[in-house]
Amino acid sequence: MNSDSADHLLRVEDVHKRYGREEVLRGVSFTMERADTKVIIGASGTGKSTLLRCINKLTDPDQGRVWLENQEITGRRAPVNRIRSQMGFVFQDFNLFTHLPALDNVRIGPQRVKGIRRREATTLAQEALATVGLKEKAQSYPAQLSGGQQQRVAIARALAMSPKLMLFDEPTSALDPELIGEVLEVMVKLAKEGMTMLVVSHEMGFARTVADEIIFMEGGVILEQAPPESMFRNPQHKRTGEFLRKISDLYGESE
Amino acid sequence: MDMQLVFDWAWLPRLSDGLIVTMQLTGACLAGGAALGLLLSLARVYTRGPVYWLASAYVQFFRGTPLLVQLMIIHFGLPTVGIRFEPFISGVVAMGLNTAAYQAEYFRGAIQSVRSGQTLAARSLGMSPLQTVRYIVLPQALRLVIPPWSNELVYMLKYSSIVYMIGVSDLMGVGRTISARSFRFLELFIVVAMMYLAVVLILTFALRWLERRVHVPGLTTTGRRG
Ligand SMILES: Nc1ncnc2c1ncn2[C@@H]1O[C@H](COP(=O)(O)OP(=O)(O)OP(=O)(O)O)[C@@H](O)[C@H]1O
Ligand SMILES: [Mg+2]
Repeated sequence: MNSDSADHLLRVEDVHKRYGREEVLRGVSFTMERADTKVIIGASGTGKSTLLRCINKLTDPDQGRVWLENQEITGRRAPVNRIRSQMGFVFQDFNLFTHLPALDNVRIGPQRVKGIRRREATTLAQEALATVGLKEKAQSYPAQLSGGQQQRVAIARALAMSPKLMLFDEPTSALDPELIGEVLEVMVKLAKEGMTMLVVSHEMGFARTVADEIIFMEGGVILEQAPPESMFRNPQHKRTGEFLRKISDLYGESE
Repeated sequence: MDMQLVFDWAWLPRLSDGLIVTMQLTGACLAGGAALGLLLSLARVYTRGPVYWLASAYVQFFRGTPLLVQLMIIHFGLPTVGIRFEPFISGVVAMGLNTAAYQAEYFRGAIQSVRSGQTLAARSLGMSPLQTVRYIVLPQALRLVIPPWSNELVYMLKYSSIVYMIGVSDLMGVGRTISARSFRFLELFIVVAMMYLAVVLILTFALRWLERRVHVPGLTTTGRRG
């Protein structure tokens, strides 16, 4: 165990990942403190999703280490499932469990992974659904919900595990424009309530509102990392400025 | 020559006994076949190396050879190496091993049509692979497998009639015995056919009912979204 790893909520150290010949991550390091919100941006194929998945070990990094507080998930004998259960993950395409109503989607984690009794798990699930504003949809199946509602249930499902960190992989990019707002609203609320969040997203309005830092990835490394305003006003690399202008054109900047 | 169709009601109790044997045989082989088939399908989806190859070879062998040949090997062949079964047991074993191979393929198809993103989501909650299969994959796969499984049930019920050849007194066996004595082939086998048909229809309807009963909106083999 690294002596200062316990000081950070998350510590990512020199993570590498290759798929066949392609080296997707070429040494990524950064840390996060409690209640931080960081937004990762970068062109398609630069390894943003791969990085998120290496952090909770849905993908095995080839090299490098990741700590959540003082637990190293990349350790050889690490209790991976237990550490992973402390990190929420929100996917681009929701991935709700088709056969379960919203409430059961949210309850199954606390009940089956944490072994919390059914009644208490139900209460937890109801609270999580209330947080995302979907209390009244508890009995609806995923197919009966809109994309925005499905994504909010997915956020509730992650929240119900009381995670120390939430990872979001482009949570709004599969949504119709008019549904994006309701999801971002929930995420802003979480950030303001002190959740630690690492978010891959090109919603610059969101980034400007809540991000402590923006991480710009390119070619499998972090090219630049800075608070939103300073990155917009004064990018250190030419590429950063170009990319920011490009996504501002594509996505608009307003909240 | 007697051109009249005659049915002797006194045949009915014996035919009914035969039908019960047919149903017991089919029930036993389907249940055993489902258990073995499920294991084979899990091996084919979730393992690599020797376990995968063994399971695949099993499925290939039993799907690629006639059921009747398998029955003959088990009932008349195995005694040569000292393994001897009652005719009924030989029937259950042969049909069970056979249907396991087919059911394995149905289960495999159903398991693979559960969206892989859901497996990732389950793992991201901290579920183990086993929990993921148990709580997420199987509840969906078992619903999706009902239609092909109904077909398998019908096939097995009908093909179980071959066991009369090794001396089992199933519906077909009883029909043969009575007809050989009474020479009322046409009448008897029409009645035998009707009895098979009645059971097939009842079971088909029962399974359709079950399918509707456990139906979940959005859960279909083709509709992979949401
Ligand atoms: N399981 C995999 N097998 C092989 N190659 C993969 C796999 N996952 C990702 N890749 C490759 O790794 C590279 C980075 O992918 P990744 O999904 O991490 O990029 P990204 O930055 O998230 O892109 P996007 O903005 O399009 O989501 C891509 O070239 C992709 O094709
Ligand atoms: Mg991605």
